[in-house]
Amino acid sequence: MRRDWIYALLLLLPAMVLLMGFTHIPAIETVISSFFSTPHGRRPAHFVGIDNYLYLLEDDVFIRSCWNNLIYAAITIPASIIIALVMALFVHSRMAGLSFLRMAYFTPTVLPMIAVGNIWLFFFTPSFGLIDQIRALFDLPAQNWMGDPDTVLYTVLVVAVWKNAGFFMIFYLAALQTIPEPLREAAKLEGAGRWTFFRRVTLPLIMPTTLFILVNAIINSVRLIDHIFIMTLGGPNNASRLLLYHIYETAFEYWDTASASAMTVVILFVLSLLAIGQFFWLDRKVHYK
Amino acid sequence: MSAAHPAHHGRSIELQSISKSWDQTKALDSVNISIPAGSFTALLGPSGCGKSTLLRIIAGLETATEGTVRIGDEDVTRRPPDKRDLSMVFQSYALFPHLDVAENIIFGLKTRKEPKKQRTEKLLAVAELMGLEKLLDRKPGALSGGQQQRVALARAVIAERSICLMDEPLSNLDAKLRHEMRVELRALQQKLGFTMVYVTHDQAEAITMADQVVLLNAGQVEQVDAPRALYDAPRSTFAARFIGTPPMSLFEASALGDMGRQLSRDAGTELLLGLRPEAVTPNEKGHLKATIAAAEFQGADTMLDCLVGDEMITVRASGRSHFAAGSPVSLSFAPEELALFDKASGARLIKSQKLVEALRS
Repeated sequence: MRRDWIYALLLLLPAMVLLMGFTHIPAIETVISSFFSTPHGRRPAHFVGIDNYLYLLEDDVFIRSCWNNLIYAAITIPASIIIALVMALFVHSRMAGLSFLRMAYFTPTVLPMIAVGNIWLFFFTPSFGLIDQIRALFDLPAQNWMGDPDTVLYTVLVVAVWKNAGFFMIFYLAALQTIPEPLREAAKLEGAGRWTFFRRVTLPLIMPTTLFILVNAIINSVRLIDHIFIMTLGGPNNASRLLLYHIYETAFEYWDTASASAMTVVILFVLSLLAIGQFFWLDRKVHYK
Repeated sequence: MSAAHPAHHGRSIELQSISKSWDQTKALDSVNISIPAGSFTALLGPSGCGKSTLLRIIAGLETATEGTVRIGDEDVTRRPPDKRDLSMVFQSYALFPHLDVAENIIFGLKTRKEPKKQRTEKLLAVAELMGLEKLLDRKPGALSGGQQQRVALARAVIAERSICLMDEPLSNLDAKLRHEMRVELRALQQKLGFTMVYVTHDQAEAITMADQVVLLNAGQVEQVDAPRALYDAPRSTFAARFIGTPPMSLFEASALGDMGRQLSRDAGTELLLGLRPEAVTPNEKGHLKATIAAAEFQGADTMLDCLVGDEMITVRASGRSHFAAGSPVSLSFAPEELALFDKASGARLIKSQKLVEALRS
């Protein structure tokens, strides 16, 4: 018996080392260092209690990033899910050029975010960009979408939706294809139209997928920031600064690790709350086969 | 019948020269069938004969390339499925997995926005009828195959439509349950009085349940008859081979020796002869000398595969009898039981009374 235990442990060891080394230990270290000051050359870190957190409340840039991220999430999550579902429903039907269309929808997903950022940079370029060229056709003036603090957040937001929707569509498409055709026919015989069938059968049956996508969309709304490095660097005037970008800058540009740790813990806390909410509340409302 | 669930009024179905083709293949070729109101009609045939397509054309889930579908005295060829006054039970049952039994049954009533009070009344009546009272809050996943079948049936009858279509509804059940459901289905149909169109590849199912059997072969109607007539008087070699377990033995006329040659000469064409296994008996005084190729004990019966020359004739002997493979046997049969088919076309030939007399002597 004791031998088995050692054996099991040895088998688990490689995975455990990786998981501990790159996930658990850094996470715990982050929580610890969020209660210490930032170490400088000859001045090692010392315990400061919750000072780092109190300081965050007075940090206008942090507050601004929080709001930005909230707007960003509030729009990208539903928008990418709804667009993904609409696209999936569209390419689920039978029509000519179907595989081409499916591929076209999926392309954004296989592109690296940096490349995506560059593509959209071109779209948004004032005067020469695709969008302004189209506007010119209708005699509309050139517009600097990414230079205006009022619109810049929406430009990075559009890119995220574009990137996410294609990815989510694949999951929806797979879910739609598991719905047996006789269900549609049975509903048809009962006089259920397409909308009724969608609302009463399709939507509930793809709920597990929706839940999965929702979790991913929430994570992505915090995580997907690569394009900001290419497009806006958080500007102008912090108008497109998202939390993770702000943390990155604080930690690795200004080396204020204490403050960055505190912010990370805040994000972690919020995300855990959401995860628990999904797990205990939404999960029960979802029908699994 | 409870007041909440009045009897359905069956309506007749008329299929007029229905054809259906996809690109190159012709699934149905000018099919004409009339199904009387309130009858139980089985569409029978081997897989790929077009019986399911025909059912789907009646349902409106498929449109015929040519021809008209009439229900009652209305032309419904271009009408959507829900406007045809019919319900359908699918082979896979097509129950909604996320809805409980009650919701599944009243799905249609809800879609058509019937008042809640009425819905509940009908639901309770149908649940009682089908013995589903205790299962109403279960999800289909938590039901056995037979229970799922009952729910599908309940969903079909609750709307009180005048026609019920069934596409191989019993094929997912085990043998014992299938037999029970067969009896139950027939009783239900007679009790409620709707017109039943039932697709099956199982000839036993068709024979036991139906008032009228439509035998289909390669997209064409082979024979339409009552089960007994279909069994007693198959109009083609296809029908003869398809009906009965084991089916009618068909053999070259020459197997009967001089008598067979005489028959062929009289008919003026090459003949195939047919005999049901129960029409032949091992008999010491029998004219037909045969060798037993195989004997299969089935309990009440023993099925003997007998070689007459090069031809095989199946004989139903008593289960009490003892026959061993390889031993010789004499067979006799009643001449009126002998079926004559044109070898080239497969069509049944009428034998004259004179012929029967000639055979008897």
